[in-house]
Amino acid sequence: MTFSIKVNGDTHQVDVDGDTPLLWVLRDVLGMTGTKFGCGMALCGACTVHIDGVATRSCITSVDSIGKSQVTTIEAIGATPAGARIQKAWLDREVVQCGYCQSGQIMSASALLASNPHPTDVDIDDAMSGNICRCGTYARIREAIKHAAQSNG
Amino acid sequence: MIFDRIAFRARDAHQSASASDLSRRSFLRAGAAAGGGLLLSMRLPFAGGEAEAGTSEAGTSEAGTSESFEPNAFVRIDGNGEVVLTMPYVEMGQGTYTAIPMLIAEELEVDLKQVRLEQAPPNEKLYANPLLGVQATGNSNAIRGGWKPLRLAGATARTMLVSAAAKRWKVDPASCRAQSGEVRHAPTGRSIRYGELAAEAARMSVPENVTLKRPEEFKLIGTPAKRLDTPAKVNGTAVYGIDARPPGVKIATLAQSPVFGGRVKSVDDRAAKVVKGVRQIVQLDDVVGVVADHMGAAKKGLAALKIEWDDGPHAKLKTEEIARELENATLNSGAVAQNIGDADKAMASAVTKVEATYQVPFLAHATMEPMNCTAHVRKDSCEVWVGSQALARAQAAAAKTAGLPLEKVVVHNHLLGGGFGRRLEVDGVVRAVEIAKQVDGPVKVVWTREEDIQHDMYRPYWFDRIVAGLDENGKPVAWSHRFAGSSVIARWLPPGFRNGLDPDSTEGAIDLVYDLPNFHVEYVRVEPPGIPTAFWRSVGPSHNVFVTESFIDEMAVAAKQDAVAYRRGLLDRAPRARAVLDLAAEKAGWGQPLSKGSGRGVSLQFVFGSYLAQVAHVEVSKDGDVRLRRVVCAVDCGTVVNPDTIRAQIQSGIIFGATAALYGEITLKDGRVEQSNFDTYRVLRMNEAPAIEVYIVQSSEPPGGMGETGTSAIVPAVANAIFAATGKRLRKMPVDASALKQPA
Repeated sequence: MTFSIKVNGDTHQVDVDGDTPLLWVLRDVLGMTGTKFGCGMALCGACTVHIDGVATRSCITSVDSIGKSQVTTIEAIGATPAGARIQKAWLDREVVQCGYCQSGQIMSASALLASNPHPTDVDIDDAMSGNICRCGTYARIREAIKHAAQSNG
Repeated sequence: MIFDRIAFRARDAHQSASASDLSRRSFLRAGAAAGGGLLLSMRLPFAGGEAEAGTSEAGTSEAGTSESFEPNAFVRIDGNGEVVLTMPYVEMGQGTYTAIPMLIAEELEVDLKQVRLEQAPPNEKLYANPLLGVQATGNSNAIRGGWKPLRLAGATARTMLVSAAAKRWKVDPASCRAQSGEVRHAPTGRSIRYGELAAEAARMSVPENVTLKRPEEFKLIGTPAKRLDTPAKVNGTAVYGIDARPPGVKIATLAQSPVFGGRVKSVDDRAAKVVKGVRQIVQLDDVVGVVADHMGAAKKGLAALKIEWDDGPHAKLKTEEIARELENATLNSGAVAQNIGDADKAMASAVTKVEATYQVPFLAHATMEPMNCTAHVRKDSCEVWVGSQALARAQAAAAKTAGLPLEKVVVHNHLLGGGFGRRLEVDGVVRAVEIAKQVDGPVKVVWTREEDIQHDMYRPYWFDRIVAGLDENGKPVAWSHRFAGSSVIARWLPPGFRNGLDPDSTEGAIDLVYDLPNFHVEYVRVEPPGIPTAFWRSVGPSHNVFVTESFIDEMAVAAKQDAVAYRRGLLDRAPRARAVLDLAAEKAGWGQPLSKGSGRGVSLQFVFGSYLAQVAHVEVSKDGDVRLRRVVCAVDCGTVVNPDTIRAQIQSGIIFGATAALYGEITLKDGRVEQSNFDTYRVLRMNEAPAIEVYIVQSSEPPGGMGETGTSAIVPAVANAIFAATGKRLRKMPVDASALKQPA
C-alpha cells in the first residue's frame, strides 16, 4: 500500500506494508541514514525522531500510524531553535565519541529543551534515560543540555 | 597483551629527545608527491626494525627490513599548504583521528586545522600496526605506536621546508624559523607559506638528524584540541558501515544457528516469501538470510520463516558446566607465566594465609551499531562496505569466502559505531559475503540486536584460584595465582601463543605494581566448547585486575589494615603508582565518614602503559541494589597528547566497566545464549551513571594507552566498595543483588 508521509517538510510516497516501522522507511526507502537502528524494541533510543515535536522511537512506530503528522529527523533538527542549540552544545562540550547513538540523543535532548527550556537533573534523567550510549558520554550529554539551556537566556 | 611487551621495548627507546638513535634511512624517506607537493613516506619503525624480536614473537612479521623500505604511513604537503596524513589506524570514538594529527602538527608547526587524516586502505603488509604486527586498531596503542615516528616525520618535513626557503632566499637556514604553516626570515621580514615551498622542499636532502621539541616547548600536545570528526556526527551525515548504500543495494537480515555449531535442518519459507518487499530467501549450512527491499520487510520475512535446526553437539551446553571445567582446570598445574623467588617455600613460613577463588562471566560487546556488512560479489571481483578495526583481515576473509584472489577484493571502510574489540573480528564479513554470493547485486546484511547479542564472540569466562601468605605484620611474603580460561590470542594471532602462554591472558596478573617478593602465576588454557571468545575492551586486564585488586583488598582485611594504606606500604619501588593512588585517595576524601549502606573501594593498576587509581563510592540498598554514585580517577599516562580525550576515554571506560560489574553476564542454557536485547543484557543508563572526576598527573614520560584502562580498574573498585558498604565480598561478577539483600 502507498502511504504519504511528511518528513522534514517534504512529502514522500512510500509503497510498503502499513506495519513497516518508520525507521526502515526513513533509512532504507528514503535513504535518510542519520536515524539509527540500535535494538528494534524501543530499548535504546538510537532511532529517535520527532513526530509533531514529540520524541518518538521510530523502530516501533508503524508507517500507517503517522497520518498527517510532521516527522522531523536528525537531518533537519538543526533548523529548529532547540535543535540548533543542542547541536552547538554537543560540539562545544565535545560530547561525541563513536557518535552512533548521538542522533537519537540529540533528538531526545532537542525535544526536552523545546518543551522545557530549563530542565533540572531529574528532568534530564527522565528525558534521556531511554537513550543508551555504550561509549558512556552521559556526563557530557548532561552538561551539554545544561549548556544549551543557559544559551536559552 | 603481546603488543604491550613490544610497547615496553619501544618505551625504552623513547627516553631520549634526540632523534639520532633512530636510523632515518630505516623508516623515513622524502620525495615529490604526485601533483608536486612534498611527500614523506614512513615505515613506523617497530614493525620492521627495533621490534623485530617482538613481531617474530608474534610471528607475523611481514615487515620489510631496513634494506627493503616499505612505507606504511604518509605525510603529504600539497601546493595549497594542506597537510594530509595517511595512517593505518581507524576512528571508533576514541579520538585517534584528532590525536594523531596533533603529533605531526606539533613538530611541523602548522595549525591543527591544516591537517587532514585519511585512513589507509587495507594492506597488511604496508599498514601493520607497529605494536600489533597486523593492520588493526586495538590495545590502546595508536598514540603509543605513533608517538615518536610521527613527531620525527613532522620535524623532518619542517627542516626540509626551512632548507628550501633558506635556499630560495640564499640565507643561512639557522636564521629562518617555521611557524604557523610558513617559514619566516626575521632579519628581512620575509615569509613563505609551506604550500609554495612544498615542491622545492621535496628536492632537499633528508636531514640526518633532527631534534624533537622538549615537552616544555609543546604548543599543541597537551592542549584540549577540538575533535575533528564530530560535526558530521551531530547532524546525521556521518556514514557508518550500516549506512552504506551502494546503488541497487538490497537489505538482508539473518538467523544463525541458535546453538553454536548447529546446522539448518529444514526451512519452510512459504509465508516469508509472500511478505511484501521480500525478494529472496538464502539458505546456507548454518544460517538463513532474508533478502528484501528494506529491513522492515526482511525482519518480517525472518519472523515468518519456520526453521528447524539440528543443534549439533552443544545442544545441552550450559554455563555452569563450563565454569566447572574451568574450576577443575585450576586444580592442576598450568604454564608458568611468572615466577619470582620461591612462593611455595615462603608460603610455608607465612603466619597468615589468605585464599580465594574468583570468577568473571562471558560478556557481549553490544556495540550500539549492530553487526553489519554490505557485500557485492561479482564473477571476478568483490566489494565490501564495513566498519572494521582490522581492515586487511576483513579483506582476506572476503577474498577467501568469495574464492577470489586478494587483489580482486575492495574494502571500503566506514566509521565504527563502537568497536570494543568486536570489530577486530570478521565473522560478519564472512556472513555477508556468503549471502552475497547467492544474490544478484549488492546486499547489506544487518544483524538484528538479538543476533548481535546471541552470536557475538564473547569476553572469556575466567576462573581464578589465588593464595597469599602474610608475615606477622600482614606484609605479603608469598603470592600464588592460577587461572583458567580461553586464549583469544591463540586463535586470533596463533604464533603469539607459545609454551602454553599468551601475553594478553596474563597482562595485569604477572606484572603488578606491588612489592611481592615470592610471586608465582600459572595459566591454564581451556577453550570452552560451544561458545566463541574474542577481545573485549581492556582484554586480559578486564579479568586480571578484578582478581588481583580484589585480592589485595582481602589481604588488607586479613592484615587489619586500611585498603589504601596497605597498598601504599607495598609501593616503595613504584613512585608513579603511589602518586596516582595518593591523588585518587585525597580527591575522593578517602577515610572520611559515609552514611550507612555506603562504601568506598579503591583499585590501582599499571596496564596498557598507564598508571591508574580509582576510588568508587557505592550505595547498597536494603534490597541489595547497588548504585554507583561517584568515581574518582587519577591517571599517569605519561605525556598527555590531548587531555580532553583522556578524560573522555576514562569516563567512557568507567561506564563500560561499571556496566559489566553491575549487570554484564552472558549465560548459556541448552546451548543457547539466554540474553537477547538491552532488556536482558542491561547496560548503564544516564540515570544510573556515576559522577566521574578525572585527575591527570603531569608527566614527560612517553604516552601510555588510554582507551581501555578505565574499564579494568572500575570492576574491583566497585567490588571493594561493596565490601566496605556491606562486609560482603563478591568474588564473582556481575554483582548479585540477592547476595547483598538484608534479611527482613
